[in-house]
Amino acid sequence: MDNNSVVIKVCSGTGSISAGGAEVLHAFRELVLSSDLEASFQDRCRADKVGCRGFCARDVLVDVVIDGEKTTYERVKSDMVPRIFEEHILGGSPVQEWTADELHQSFQDNQKKVVLAHCGEIDPEDLDAYLNVKGYEAARNAFNDMQPVEIIEKIKRSKLRGRGGAGFSTGHKWEFAYKVDEKEKYVVCNGNESDPGAFADRCIMEGDPHAVIEGMMICARAIGAGKGYIYIRDGYSLAVKRLRLALKQCHERGFLGKNIFESGQDLDIRLYPAPGAFICGEATALVQSIEGKRAMPTPRLTRTSENGIRGKPTVINNAETLANVPKILRNGASWFAGLGTDTSGGTKVFSLTGKVKSNGLVEVPMGATLRDVVYKVGGGIDQDRAFKGIQLGGPTGGCVPESCLDSRVDYESLAVAGTIMGSGGMVVLDETNCIVDTAKFFLDITQAESCGKCTPCRIGMRRMYEILERITSGNGRDGDVELLEDLGSHIRTTSLCGFGMTAPNPVLSTVRFFRDEYNIHIRDRKCPALVCKSLLTFSCIEETCTGCGMCKRVCPADAIRGTRKKPHFIDQELCVKCGSCFDSCKFGAILKE
Amino acid sequence: MDHVLDKVIENYHENEGNALTLLQDLEENFGYVPQESVYELSDRLNIPPSRFFGIATFFSQLHLKPRGKNIITVCRGTPCHVKGSEKILSRMRMELDIPPEEETSEDRMFTVEEVNCVGACGMAPVVVINQQVQGEVNIKKMIKQVNELRAEE
Repeated sequence: MDNNSVVIKVCSGTGSISAGGAEVLHAFRELVLSSDLEASFQDRCRADKVGCRGFCARDVLVDVVIDGEKTTYERVKSDMVPRIFEEHILGGSPVQEWTADELHQSFQDNQKKVVLAHCGEIDPEDLDAYLNVKGYEAARNAFNDMQPVEIIEKIKRSKLRGRGGAGFSTGHKWEFAYKVDEKEKYVVCNGNESDPGAFADRCIMEGDPHAVIEGMMICARAIGAGKGYIYIRDGYSLAVKRLRLALKQCHERGFLGKNIFESGQDLDIRLYPAPGAFICGEATALVQSIEGKRAMPTPRLTRTSENGIRGKPTVINNAETLANVPKILRNGASWFAGLGTDTSGGTKVFSLTGKVKSNGLVEVPMGATLRDVVYKVGGGIDQDRAFKGIQLGGPTGGCVPESCLDSRVDYESLAVAGTIMGSGGMVVLDETNCIVDTAKFFLDITQAESCGKCTPCRIGMRRMYEILERITSGNGRDGDVELLEDLGSHIRTTSLCGFGMTAPNPVLSTVRFFRDEYNIHIRDRKCPALVCKSLLTFSCIEETCTGCGMCKRVCPADAIRGTRKKPHFIDQELCVKCGSCFDSCKFGAILKE
Repeated sequence: MDHVLDKVIENYHENEGNALTLLQDLEENFGYVPQESVYELSDRLNIPPSRFFGIATFFSQLHLKPRGKNIITVCRGTPCHVKGSEKILSRMRMELDIPPEEETSEDRMFTVEEVNCVGACGMAPVVVINQQVQGEVNIKKMIKQVNELRAEE
């Protein structure tokens, strides 16, 4: 394929489509098929849509691969296509000014792509493209030549652990389900990625849907399941569409349905649109919602892998976990274990966002340091501001300061640092982010998402939120920080499910590492990062104001007075502190303090 | 409505009596879960309405009030938050006259709602307008789009 061929790979993930990816693909295809080109050229040139390669901030990304040599273009618009086609594809010389820069190179080069290897390379809507990269070979092998015990042993030896958060050994989970003597068993792919700031599962399900299905098939073979559900967030419309198509293709080819690969085992996999609740990421809550009930966790007297949907053994694995499985079977358990640390094998995908130069989806080996991720892959802090902290593991994770940057990313090391792996959200905060406001933001989510079943979480989280609200509005009291710590530790120890046990984390970790910032809010009634609205005042600097009137025009509260070409002033009574004037002033004449 | 409810009941039996998928079905057909349909289904299926309402109030995908013609979903995920999504949200609510504690304008033209994350964090701040994901939005862009939607009327 590589010799004498031209392949144009147009990114077609959610990010790319919103940036006009479909139009770019269409423009390339039109040109390839235009009548004045030789038929021999058309035979060896094609434009493919490929999954997201993780760098959505630079979309639309286009790879032009000529005889195996790849050039990446970024921020491509459809009107740029004719020139790329003319100069590069026909003329042979890349359009240098539009090619990806060094930041992009270091973003890609410092990663280790295993689970994301196909994203950005193959057409996710084409089953044959997946088969061409040895797709479904592992599943065929599992059904025809491997015993369930062999598969389970292999997964155990690979040290694959659940990527959804808790990090439980996948092989052991499968073994529990395998050992239960039941005819009816289930395999569930958990694609209810609800952590704000995490989108790894979305990209995998969009970019490589067949890998997820193949992982489920192998799991079904190992435990003896006849039915599977892909429990997917309804808001992920492109992933839903692609998985639905992939399932249809599998049924048509006989990879799913009756007697698959002539093994005698039946397997039916269906999509189950998740109705929207953060708590559904918790295994027992997920089971409740698949049964059509309110998704309230139940006490874990037994494991869901032994007693899940309708009381039957149910293995619930995260989408990323499942997408790793075919690769382990194909390349061997020791290969996978060798990629990571002593306790966890393979790689981990992180959604690196916030104040870093390169935002996106990054995959690094287990055991890489946070510093590697932020500075090598992410290119450092945006606008070279000072680093403040990283929030890891979503709204129930923790925020760690600069002193933890050399921590390794694996389940144990992150726990020591005071946070969790969670589903791999990594939000970088800089000096312009307020720690108290950030903690309040997470609690706003978690107190609203508490299912309400047990008191510590339902009421305790609400009280913690109120205390934070009071601190950020300038009404903090002495002893509030201690009260937060006290409440938080009680909620942690007395809640029923994993959600309540981790929900106070953002507060407890920030109090631990950034106590001073809380104290300044309470004692001095100031927000050092200039974020907490109630603690700010906006005023016009008379000497600098040119009287251009811009602030007056953008003010939504009509709080700015002044005549043209004369200094303006802000009526503090009317000011809603939205900051529009500050953002719009070209002369730096608005003072925020 | 009766015809729709017949079909909903048929699907309910096919789905092994799953009350949640029944409500999802109603939401898809009517754009929300009309209370009167819940009472009727409750009579016909002999299931207490409290079971349905219990589920409908639990999940964010299900709505008990009619929604606007245009749905603007402001992402409130962490990356969007640190890039100023709260400002966009409060400005949109102000711009579209959404009453306090409500999501939909009185003329039912617009619904402004929040979502925890749409998973498009690389393009923060993100707003979804009528199911179209839009990245790197700002207040100016949003106001322009809202005016375009208004002009389409």
